Amino acid sequence: MAVDPLIELQGVNKYYGELHVLRDIDLTVGRGEVVVVIGPSGSGKSTLCRTINRLETIESGTITLDGQPLPAEGKALARLRAEVGMVFQSFNLFAHKTVLQNVSLAQVKVRKSKKDDADRHSRELLQRVGLLAHAAKYPAQLSGGQQQRVAIARALAMDPKAMLFDEPTSALDPEMINEVLEVMRQLARDGMTMVVVTHEMGFARASANRVVFMADGRIVEDRAPEDFFTHPRSERAKDFLSKILKH
Amino acid sequence: MNVLTDNFSTYWEGFLGTVELTVYGSVLALALGFLMASFRVAPVGSLRVFGTVWVTVLRNTPLTLLFFAVLLGLPRFGLVLPFTVFAVLALGCYTSAFICEALRSGINTVPKGQGEAARSLGMTFGQTLSAVVLPQAFRSVIPPVGSTLIALAKNSAIAGAFSVTELLGTYKTMSELGYNIVWTFVWIALGYLVITLAISALFHVLERTWGVAR
Ligand SMILES: Nc1ncnc2c1ncn2[C@@H]1O[C@H](COP(=O)(O)OP(=O)(O)O)[C@@H](O)[C@H]1O
Ligand SMILES: [Mg+2]
Repeated sequence: MAVDPLIELQGVNKYYGELHVLRDIDLTVGRGEVVVVIGPSGSGKSTLCRTINRLETIESGTITLDGQPLPAEGKALARLRAEVGMVFQSFNLFAHKTVLQNVSLAQVKVRKSKKDDADRHSRELLQRVGLLAHAAKYPAQLSGGQQQRVAIARALAMDPKAMLFDEPTSALDPEMINEVLEVMRQLARDGMTMVVVTHEMGFARASANRVVFMADGRIVEDRAPEDFFTHPRSERAKDFLSKILKH
Repeated sequence: MNVLTDNFSTYWEGFLGTVELTVYGSVLALALGFLMASFRVAPVGSLRVFGTVWVTVLRNTPLTLLFFAVLLGLPRFGLVLPFTVFAVLALGCYTSAFICEALRSGINTVPKGQGEAARSLGMTFGQTLSAVVLPQAFRSVIPPVGSTLIALAKNSAIAGAFSVTELLGTYKTMSELGYNIVWTFVWIALGYLVITLAISALFHVLERTWGVAR
């Protein structure tokens, strides 16, 4: 794939007090690329995702999106965040809004769409994730898998340039994982640029262009999925894979 | 017993005075409390500091002292207003500190992920607060805000000591006229009860109507 970088991190360092969570991270994600991030718990995967749309600040280094450095604060930052969709482990649907309102809210508030136009767009997206019939329900009335699909539709509603997924299936019962992965696989096929923190190796093998393995705040390996899973180079990766493969 | 019927106009004026102090004081307290709560959770450091100082100073100053400060202090700086307005200012500012803290604790009951999801969609701080966080915080803050406003109604009695017409102050007129002090106070207490029960009822209704969503 010709590299047309969409997300670029250079020399990124992040601390939580004394704790050095991200150490000299360099990562380039090309337009249309799907990058899966894996690694042991506490290695900094979530933090990496969150720095990309600046839910967390960084101490040093640069992050650019489509050639533009991330603005520090205010309206410019908000505008940039709208360009990067984020899907959380715990869904985080707005609990006091219906499914349709969840998907429409930011279109109206941020994109200044008319309510009717926003709702029409939302219905198309809900159709795409197979949940149009649930548009009038509240999040608490849906299963975890359904909520996560709504969350994906909500992020897509902003027509983002890229999507970040932080362990989107980790909070789900096993029988619901696939319905969410299927939506993600379809997105990948449609050419969405994606950074996905997940331990779903089936997804990584089928849809990822690269696998990034993190340990202790560093990127230890950055390779093609098949290569990585069959011939991990580092001890950390071998150790980690042997643990998750047992399950 | 006829203390009420004989002095109804005095009593009624006092009652209206207390209602007036309560209503305007509440409006000011809610507006300022809302503003200070937004300051205290704002991403801008100086606003957070301002909000914290506001709450700390007002919550820890005796209300009577605050009345002295406003009624005797502000005119020194050339600000001359009717005493009732000064009393509303003192009551409203004082109570806003408690409203702010009630709102802030309500905001803290809303899971962090709600605000993060809103921000990740590109919503600004103000939009996140007003469209996502506060509506969810609202339900849990109704009871404490109600209690705070009931306290305000009762605190308004201090204004009587600064020659503002209000309910408690009417006892002076009536006792000078030689009426039984016990009955005078019973009627005054009933007057306060009417006001505080009205506030309770209002918040009860609010809680019921806003409690259903979800
Ligand atoms: N808000 C926070 N404050 C302090 N430490 C944190 C915070 N968030 C995460 N950490 C710590 O940072 C490290 C990396 O966390 P995280 O990025 O969540 O890892 P992962 O997603 O790979 O499990 C962990 O040691 C975690 O305890
Ligand atoms: Mg994590």
